[in-house]
Amino acid sequence: MYPSAFEYSAPGTLDEALSALGEAGDEGRVLAGGQSLIPMMKLGLAAPGCLIDINGLSELSYIRESNGDLAIGALARHADVAASDLVGRTNGTLAAAAPWISDPLVRNRGTVCGSVAHCDPEGDWNSVMLAVGASVVARSAAKRRKNRERVIPIADFVAGPFTNSLNPGEMVAEVRVPKYRGAAGGAYLKLERKIGDYATVGVAAHLALDAAGNVAEAGLALTSVHQHNLKVTEAEALMAGQTPSPELFAEAAEAAARSCDPESDIRGPADFKRAVVAEYTRRGFAAALKQARGEG
Amino acid sequence: MSTVHELRTSPEIGGVGHSVLRKEDDRFIRGAGSYIDDLTLPGMLHMAILRSPVAHARIGSIDSSAATALDGVLAVVTGEALAAHGLAWMPTLSGDTQAVLATDKVRFQGQEVAAVIAADPYTAADAVKLIEVEYEDLEAITTPQQSLSTDTLIRDDKEGQTDNTAYTWEAGDQDAADAAFAAAARVVSLDTHYPRSHPAPLETCGVVADVNSITGQATIYMTSQAPHAIRTVFALVAGLPEEKIRIVTRDIGGGFGNKVPVYPGYVVATAASLLIGKPVKWIESRTENLISTGFARDFHMHAELAIDGENRITAMRADILSDQGAFYSDAQPSKFRAGLFHICTGSYDFPAAHVTAKGAYTNKAPGGVAYRCSFRVTEASYLIERLVDNAAHEVGMDPADFRSLNFIGADQFPYLSPTGFVYDSGDYHGAMDMAKELIDYDGWRARQAEQNSDPGADKLIGIGIASFTEVVGAGNSREFDILGLKMFDSAELRVHPTGKAILKLGVQTQGQGHETTFAQIVAEELGIPYSDIKVQYGDTDNTPYGLGTYASRSTPVGGAATAVVSRKLRAKARKLAAHLLEAAEEDLEWEPGKFTVRGTDQSVTIQDAAFAAYTNHPEGMEAGLEGVTYYDPPNMTYPFGTYIVVVEVDTGDGTWKVLDMAAVDDCGVRINPMIVEGQITGGLTEGFAKANMQWITFDDDGNCIGSNFMDYLVPTAWETPRYKLGETVTPSPHHPIGAKGVGESATVGSPAAFTNAVVDALRSRGVTNIDMPVLPHRVWGALNGVDVSP
Amino acid sequence: MQINVTINGTGETRDVESRRLLVDFIRTDLGMTGTHIGCDTTSCGACTVLLDGKPVKSCTVLAVQADGHEVTTVEGLGQNGELHPIQGAFKEHHGLQCGFCTPGMMLVGASLLENNPSPTDEEVRWAISGNLCRCTGYMNIVAAIQAAGGDGS
Ligand SMILES: Cc1cc2nc3c(=O)[nH]c(=O)nc-3n(C[C@H](O)[C@H](O)[C@H](O)COP(=O)(O)OP(=O)(O)OC[C@H]3O[C@@H](n4cnc5c(N)ncnc54)[C@H](O)[C@@H]3O)c2cc1C
Ligand code: FES
Ligand code: FES
Repeated sequence: MYPSAFEYSAPGTLDEALSALGEAGDEGRVLAGGQSLIPMMKLGLAAPGCLIDINGLSELSYIRESNGDLAIGALARHADVAASDLVGRTNGTLAAAAPWISDPLVRNRGTVCGSVAHCDPEGDWNSVMLAVGASVVARSAAKRRKNRERVIPIADFVAGPFTNSLNPGEMVAEVRVPKYRGAAGGAYLKLERKIGDYATVGVAAHLALDAAGNVAEAGLALTSVHQHNLKVTEAEALMAGQTPSPELFAEAAEAAARSCDPESDIRGPADFKRAVVAEYTRRGFAAALKQARGEG
Repeated sequence: MSTVHELRTSPEIGGVGHSVLRKEDDRFIRGAGSYIDDLTLPGMLHMAILRSPVAHARIGSIDSSAATALDGVLAVVTGEALAAHGLAWMPTLSGDTQAVLATDKVRFQGQEVAAVIAADPYTAADAVKLIEVEYEDLEAITTPQQSLSTDTLIRDDKEGQTDNTAYTWEAGDQDAADAAFAAAARVVSLDTHYPRSHPAPLETCGVVADVNSITGQATIYMTSQAPHAIRTVFALVAGLPEEKIRIVTRDIGGGFGNKVPVYPGYVVATAASLLIGKPVKWIESRTENLISTGFARDFHMHAELAIDGENRITAMRADILSDQGAFYSDAQPSKFRAGLFHICTGSYDFPAAHVTAKGAYTNKAPGGVAYRCSFRVTEASYLIERLVDNAAHEVGMDPADFRSLNFIGADQFPYLSPTGFVYDSGDYHGAMDMAKELIDYDGWRARQAEQNSDPGADKLIGIGIASFTEVVGAGNSREFDILGLKMFDSAELRVHPTGKAILKLGVQTQGQGHETTFAQIVAEELGIPYSDIKVQYGDTDNTPYGLGTYASRSTPVGGAATAVVSRKLRAKARKLAAHLLEAAEEDLEWEPGKFTVRGTDQSVTIQDAAFAAYTNHPEGMEAGLEGVTYYDPPNMTYPFGTYIVVVEVDTGDGTWKVLDMAAVDDCGVRINPMIVEGQITGGLTEGFAKANMQWITFDDDGNCIGSNFMDYLVPTAWETPRYKLGETVTPSPHHPIGAKGVGESATVGSPAAFTNAVVDALRSRGVTNIDMPVLPHRVWGALNGVDVSP
Repeated sequence: MQINVTINGTGETRDVESRRLLVDFIRTDLGMTGTHIGCDTTSCGACTVLLDGKPVKSCTVLAVQADGHEVTTVEGLGQNGELHPIQGAFKEHHGLQCGFCTPGMMLVGASLLENNPSPTDEEVRWAISGNLCRCTGYMNIVAAIQAAGGDGS
């Protein structure tokens, strides 16, 4: 239960980190909160040759508004997001998910960007990010200046189970969450057996209303019921422009249950998970609507 | 009849009934406990074990050359090497054999195959990865049903073993039971599986073996709930002279039954230390703990009750199939192959019962330990309490009323049960009435009726009851033994000249607070302040022989021994006092701590008497004030209680939460009520864990699911219910201080209460059974008529 | 690699392998065995220490990551020979049985009380939900933490 040996460096600035990452090549791996990577190394599921520890990059520990968006830096921990007034005020889906990520101690170390980069299909953050339409800011020490930063829509970033679309030498520097005009609300519902358990099913729901109270934008994404976190575009599309109602949410729920592809395992058969997806989709949108309408 | 223990000592003396603070806490709150992994000896080496990745396979070759070549590696030990010393197999505590390191086949995933001895644990772990083993896969037998119907022989190592049966056993009177069933107005039955679980104390098992190659002295530090028995087993296994073996158990981070058996790791570390001549440490990882040592339960149970026209139970039949894993390594008394399962008639008065049991070998980890349980009482209690609930609904009675109607009456004790137990004392109606009042049973039933009557309700209320009877405190030695060692226990007490004392025990604490409660027993009997009494245990060189702590036997047996030895010393102190006071012994009156000449104010304290024992004892009397007692209990003790749980089930996602819970326990006289309540809240939580989330299962290839704390779930404070506790006191008539033992009651009694509560919530939707753990998908399956196994 | 860690207020300089876990550094290299190990999946919290004042699981932090940082273990909870109030409260309220989870529980509790001197039952339970106790059923742990906050209720 010990990691295999590796090279280690702890750069003090983002630039140093990027060049170390560039030099390390295939063997290089970013160490952020370490709350997924170190357990995997201890269990022998990962054995990177070289770790670039970004915990010294205090410049990246921010959660701030930038150009109207909510920007979360690579060193912002789950606990920082859970405690952030800014997040609480601006995004109901993020605020609802943050407290339910693992446990309080893990939240003191683990980072949102690390979770996003990790692309664990049972991880909660990517569902949240898919539902709210976030994007990932990737940085590298590429030769050409214009290649040093890419902004990748989250749907393109999540490439598969434990697979993101970063190029070698790139790291996630920030996730950006768009700010909504008008009334918006969100929810994250997670079926877990206990604190510290990964989701059996997780549902991220996001709803923005237009001036008339109709759905301007709906976001829906699912955790643990597909090879990767799943954005339910069918549901999102069918809701757009509609008047929110239990019937509409039920339609979205059906679409969600149809779209996902859960495995039967120790946490229940696929049909059960589909049923919970549907139930939580209904409940999630109902809660999001209440929030958008300022009803609590 | 319920009585409350009358305090006979002041809080400063701290005798029976005082919630004095625990003496052991001072080191723990400073981080100064000394657990096995905290021990470092000069020159100590570290061991890591290579385990089988598959459940059933023949072993081809083992290539350890790369591992041996690694810098820092001293040796790689294989089964073959052990076989050369006759150590490849060892006896289990139930008289079977178990492989130490596999030689012929591996029989479960996680079985010990080879061990690396290295200078540090990181190197040992690296080296384990370099050992190459060839396995020829064999069919994996993963259920006892499959085991009994296949031709694949799991234990082909055992002479005379022709099938996969590990044991068969029966109790009760078949003819009487059959006759009662033939005459029954109704028969109610239940098929249920009590799932495999694991005690999983927060500290895993471990050993530091230190064999001196010159003197042959073996000092083995280990996490053992039964150090003396282990020493004897080691003497038998290794052929070492018993006086050269010293087993030392330091602080234990929880045991719950996990730390009773002898595990291969202990034996290999000891053998390695003997061969290399240096101390060897082995600390189990959590994964190793869960996949290879000390599983519990795994009982497939069928049972039925015969009920007459007046709703009285007349008989019970039960048939049990237990999954023993690859080796039959329970610690069962040799007379009782299914432990005390035949206590399954529970708290109810009926004349006939018949119980049959069979155990099957499977390609799963061995164990069958009594996890916070007295030899299968947990499974038995669960079975009857689930069945009685179903019976109540079947006959249309409230489950509390049905129980009360069928309880053994308080005036019927001692009560001879149809399977042969003699219950010592009880007042089941008293506990039931108190529990109902504590939780406002009628109020909850009313709220339930209202809330559940709405056919569209998505939150349903359920109320579950369990009125358990336990049997603890083995033995008497006529009937109870482990590997032939009779189940008595011992206490040795010495009062020093200054009136301070040392008490040495054969039982072993794992967090129950023995250093405090056992001192309180002496305080009660001798009036010496509990704080002046040092309690020692866990070192076979320095404590009297005992069978150890499990099956709630510390207080019933070790506690009784302590009271009896204290009384012996008091008798001698009386002689000393008479000598000092120049009075006749008969004229002395005793109150805790002091002898007074009747009708005068002339007195002598116990401290004075102790001083005299060394400085001024009468002619003809031996000096000193000390003694030893080996206590052989005349009977077991029978703690009982009623637990009532209210849950709310979410029909949308199948989750449920506890809204209220009352637990009334009667464990006889409570020595330290604070500690007793701590045992109960802890035990209730382990019961909740099993009912709600916790189990170990296997896939069809025999891969263990539940091999770490991400899969084998231990509830946190967040999920854990809050409990309302109540107590009644019905002393044990045969125990010197009337105590019964409480370490296990709550784990035994509560699972049925939780499960009954969830089933009760869903009764209106036609549900009669859900097996534990009652996970959301199982609730959903039951509600929707979908089979959701596992 | 050489690291310098301030542990319970004292600077310690050691050479460690980069893969060495902080918990092993504390237990083996520094010989402070009050920090325990109960699992291999970051689940139990027996290894809890305060890293720059915040509770973390030291089995899931590399020793090299503590370079230049402050670590508090149970041995450093009390100060100048005096127990921290939470230590007394755990004894007073029977918040421990085997004691294996206790150092972690007390450190988390102490850190909670820094920010919230009178937490509710729920707040305490939430704060300690990364730490497992197999013995107590938590009720007395919660009571002990509340009492140490001076609330007493
Ligand atoms: C007991 C436990 C329970 C948990 N429960 C949950 C849960 O319920 N839900 C949940 O979502 N998560 C859960 N987690 C995971 C936790 O949230 C992790 O914090 C998270 O998955 C990874 O974040 P990290 O910062 O720790 O990343 P690390 O572990 O440091 O890294 C994870 C991976 O991402 C890469 N990476 C990290 N940061 C970057 C970056 N900036 N750029 C590029 N690559 C990067 C690493 O190289 C590595 O491959 C749990 C973890 C534990 C130990
Ligand atoms: S040892 Fe279990 S969380 Fe660290
Ligand atoms: S006191 Fe034993 S684990 Fe908490």
